[in-house]
Amino acid sequence: MDDFYRDFILDHYRNPRNFGHLEHADASAEDVNPLCGDEIRMEIAVGSNGEVTDIRFSGKGCAISQASASMLTESVVGMKLEDVARLSKEVVLENVGIGISPTRMKCAMLGLRVLKSAAIGEIAGWPDEER
Amino acid sequence: MIDARDSALAGIASDFPILGRPTSRGHRLVYLDSAATSQKPRSVIDALSTYYEEYNANIHRGVYEIAARATDAFELARAKIATFINARDSEVVFTRNTTEAINLVAYAWGNANVKAGDAILVSELEHHSNLVPWQMLAQRTGAELRFIPVDERGLLVLEDLDHLLDGCKLVAIGHASNALGTIAPLDVIIPRAHAAGALVLVDGAQGAPHFGLDVKTLDADFYAFSGHKMLGPTGIGVLYAKHVLLDAMPPFLTGGDMIHRVGYRHSTFNTPPWKFEAGTSNVADAIGLGVAVDYLSNIGMDVVRQHERDLTAYALARLEEFEGRGLDVYGPRDADRISGVISFNLGDIHAHDLASILDTEGICIRAGHHCAMPLMDKMGWAATARASFYLYNTQADVDALMDGLHAAARIFKI
Repeated sequence: MDDFYRDFILDHYRNPRNFGHLEHADASAEDVNPLCGDEIRMEIAVGSNGEVTDIRFSGKGCAISQASASMLTESVVGMKLEDVARLSKEVVLENVGIGISPTRMKCAMLGLRVLKSAAIGEIAGWPDEER
Repeated sequence: MIDARDSALAGIASDFPILGRPTSRGHRLVYLDSAATSQKPRSVIDALSTYYEEYNANIHRGVYEIAARATDAFELARAKIATFINARDSEVVFTRNTTEAINLVAYAWGNANVKAGDAILVSELEHHSNLVPWQMLAQRTGAELRFIPVDERGLLVLEDLDHLLDGCKLVAIGHASNALGTIAPLDVIIPRAHAAGALVLVDGAQGAPHFGLDVKTLDADFYAFSGHKMLGPTGIGVLYAKHVLLDAMPPFLTGGDMIHRVGYRHSTFNTPPWKFEAGTSNVADAIGLGVAVDYLSNIGMDVVRQHERDLTAYALARLEEFEGRGLDVYGPRDADRISGVISFNLGDIHAHDLASILDTEGICIRAGHHCAMPLMDKMGWAATARASFYLYNTQADVDALMDGLHAAARIFKI
């Protein structure tokens, strides 16, 4: 586990990319990990061809959750929203590049869970939104 | 060495089988999470298997030999616990844990005695288990929930206590905070609560395992604690209550074993403590808790407390190595005012990352909100790391923690 905390992970933790908020988000979602209190919010701008044109995340938590979310935002710019909705956990595991212990997997996957929620919600429509 | 000074504790780690088992990475297990649950000595583990292997039978009804033996062992465990806290046997009610004991009081006593316009007083330090049941009672009855405030050092502020006690029916207060270790000044709070006409419930989950307890001198009306935090099994806890209160209270859970006579439409109930023990009891774990109490009694609670105090003082002193590197120690930072609990953060290392790194060295600490979310919100802490000590911990365990913290600081380059 101590191998996990390499320089680029700490760099994403301390200098998260795409951190903040969009002025006009087309899709957004947020969630918490109730056991440890990690929080992530994702905001996405969607282009005319259904692709991610811009993205921001915000939140707080451990290095694993924050660095994973930061790297994830870099991975999905230009990606079609429907492909974002179908992302598997492999994208996170490839980004961090080293095994995550089972007890910390929830931390690593929080950003992906929120991002997919935003994408699926935008494609399918949230229950409280008129389409 | 702290360990050698307490001859009663020399080598007792060998009584705890788990402490002799290396972790999957081959490290010695350094267990610093006894505030969550304690490890179990061999005698307690053996008592469970002996019950199941030799005299497993239901209690209070069988006429055959092993049923009588089970009943005797169960009631002997109650008597040992009563002696341990200086109560009468009839004042020791077995529950699942502290939480169930507090809920028993909130429902059985609270529903009958608390009404709209009354006040219930808790502190801002409370574990969720000594907060949520009172929130629910206040919602059921229209009573007002009030709070003894806590200062930035984690100490209770008693300046307005008399005002807070005005119209108060019950004070529910933790003996020691699981999040910060702060020991509540019960010797001040209980007499003043009684003078104001309020009863006092003490959440003793972090009290009974660590302090010699005399409920008569303490004069608490209710004292709730869990077996698993004091060397006993999980699933068994105790509600102590003054006999006169138990006698007057309606039952909590109802059904078998708690009755006197049952008709199709009306029933009468057994006397305390059995009135509050509906259904088949957790016989094995009650017997196990009795053996845990034997273990603690043989060592002496004064020795246990002194050892924890010394280890805490040593750990607080060694933590000063991290001053200037972003160390935050929460709570009073005074071993005489805290149970063996130290809450802290180191630089910008999130508590969960710290716990993960220490885990790779075989060191078990807790990270998070410690079931005290309102306190964490008030203080503005997202999460803290918590090390907690018990009688089997040693100076070497504290040294291992410090080595682990130095390693974490290197990994995070702070």
